[in-house]
Amino acid sequence: MKLANDLRNLVNRDDNLGQLVLITILVFALMAGLNPEKFLRPYNFESISYVFPELGLLSIAIMIAMLTGGIDLSVVGIANLSGILAGTFFHQVIVAHETPDGTVLAYVAAGVGIALLTGLAAGLLNGFLIARLHVTPILATMGTAQIFTGLALVLTGGPAIVGFPAYWGFIGNGKLLGLAVPFLLFLAAAVAIAFVLSRTMLGINLMLIGTNARAALFAGLRRERMILYSYMLSGLLASLAGIILSGRTNAAKSDYGTSYLLQAVLIAVLGGTNPSGGRGTVLGVSIAVLALMFLSSGFQLMRFSNFLVDFIWGAFLLLVIALNAYRNRTR
Amino acid sequence: MSLRIFHRSEAVIAAVLLLAMILIGLVNPAFWQLDNLFGLIRSNVVIGIMALGVLMVLISGGIDVSFPAFAVAAMYLTIRAMLALGYDGVVLPFVMATLIGAALGAVNAAFVHYVRVIPLIVTLGTGAMVRGFLLGMVGASQINIDRMPKPLIAFARSELVGIGNGDGTHYGLTAMVVLYGALALAVHLVLRYTLVGRSIYALGGDAEAARRVGFDLRRTTFFVYGAAGALAGFAGLLHSSMIWLANPRDFAGLELDVIAAVVLGGASIFGGRGSVLGTLLGVFMLVMVNNSLIIMKIDTTWQRVVVGAIVIVATAMTAWRDRKRRI
Repeated sequence: MKLANDLRNLVNRDDNLGQLVLITILVFALMAGLNPEKFLRPYNFESISYVFPELGLLSIAIMIAMLTGGIDLSVVGIANLSGILAGTFFHQVIVAHETPDGTVLAYVAAGVGIALLTGLAAGLLNGFLIARLHVTPILATMGTAQIFTGLALVLTGGPAIVGFPAYWGFIGNGKLLGLAVPFLLFLAAAVAIAFVLSRTMLGINLMLIGTNARAALFAGLRRERMILYSYMLSGLLASLAGIILSGRTNAAKSDYGTSYLLQAVLIAVLGGTNPSGGRGTVLGVSIAVLALMFLSSGFQLMRFSNFLVDFIWGAFLLLVIALNAYRNRTR
Repeated sequence: MSLRIFHRSEAVIAAVLLLAMILIGLVNPAFWQLDNLFGLIRSNVVIGIMALGVLMVLISGGIDVSFPAFAVAAMYLTIRAMLALGYDGVVLPFVMATLIGAALGAVNAAFVHYVRVIPLIVTLGTGAMVRGFLLGMVGASQINIDRMPKPLIAFARSELVGIGNGDGTHYGLTAMVVLYGALALAVHLVLRYTLVGRSIYALGGDAEAARRVGFDLRRTTFFVYGAAGALAGFAGLLHSSMIWLANPRDFAGLELDVIAAVVLGGASIFGGRGSVLGTLLGVFMLVMVNNSLIIMKIDTTWQRVVVGAIVIVATAMTAWRDRKRRI
């Protein structure tokens, strides 16, 4: 019985994944067909490999929160705050052309540490509100998003922080072994998170809590602690996205990437994550990011306005959701 | 027990509100000047009308983040249509804006009811679509006062009380507050005394139980999201009439403020609880805090931090109140 269930789950999951791969291939073919000479240029894919990691990391962060039936709407706020805190730190300690190179490198390492700690602390606050005080995740993270964005605004006073050290820029713009550094970071983070979710106690507990919170409670799972960890993990990924974003653009601002929030939620759901909890994979989310990147870069190459791309994304989300619901009903 | 009155959340909110008003008045006595109070009430109208819709959605156990997009779409499409047709009226445009909002709300309801997607995802998607469509297909340019339909401006300028300052300047209490009050009363009566109103509470309290008792939940869902859209559409056009311009980028991020106000007013995010009176108080509280940061000489960059903190404190308090309902 159990084996049969396991098998059916596996088939179902692969079925959803198969559908996603099919959609991605269709999108790719459509975009390649509509403007082959521009879309199929290697340069297009190279630029995608620099841009998609931020969005991919934010999407995985939201997926992790969704595993327990929650959501993290503060990821973009965390990303911006992390970049801004690191930037403020650099402005305090580094004097251009005077600070020795080795010291700058050490400061950049410290900046990375500051950004990641910001993410962890922000995640801790979210987790505390949700797991301990039982605030609904939507409202808790909407509220903290305002606080993080607001603090970023207070720190910068509005305009962007610019002039990050060159080493910081390397994280967002550099190349290693012929591949984009952000892409490599995304790959490393994705593999690590996939491992955590499928092979460790934390991941398995999160899936169980998301599948049936009451059963998990009676089974003696440490629900509060697990949920707390999951939001800290989300925060950590969001701050990594913030490091890449500020490195790539050499700037950090309180309202960067606000459209990323919708897109990241969308990608998490498209990637087969169940927003009510219990189901979600890094692989699914990664494929969904690619699908949407092909979609938006294709339309942008055709000189569609960003507003229309937003429209198409929203329509795409509702279409795929309706499609999934229709298929699951007939089953 | 004389303290029993504080078991009603409206009484608690009213007390907190009063305390906050006294505190703000102590920091800056200008708070109590009539023109400031009139301005405060005026700022309540648009957000308050939207909040009435969000209140119904929250009571039904759902959430709606698409209404600012619907409001702006209804407002901009209506005014563009008026300009294109050269139509100069007041009633018909408001009917049109309300209907556009209601139609868009029905799309939300269809997804929530038939496709059974959680409301947050649905409304994020529809909101993005509507905004993208409006800015990408209809236009992104602002309609300024010189092209705004005159009757709309004249209508929104009507006042209940007008006081001259003696030096030619003038302030007054906008008559739009009557519209707000009438809509609030209507929503209150619907929620308290009609079948569909009671079914909203039933749906939010326990959907399965409501279904078994025999409530028509499809009708309830369409009513709730349709009404939220309709109120947003109406409020959108009212907003642009009151500020004398139509900006298709307006209302960005307003969803949080409105949801915060409703939750502040004692509505439960778990559904099944909430009242119009509480919502009116919650809206007043939020608008007052936002406006008073300026009078209290707090840098406006702190505004978002303050709103975020209010959201968290208010939700933590309602979560504590509703603690028996979880799991």
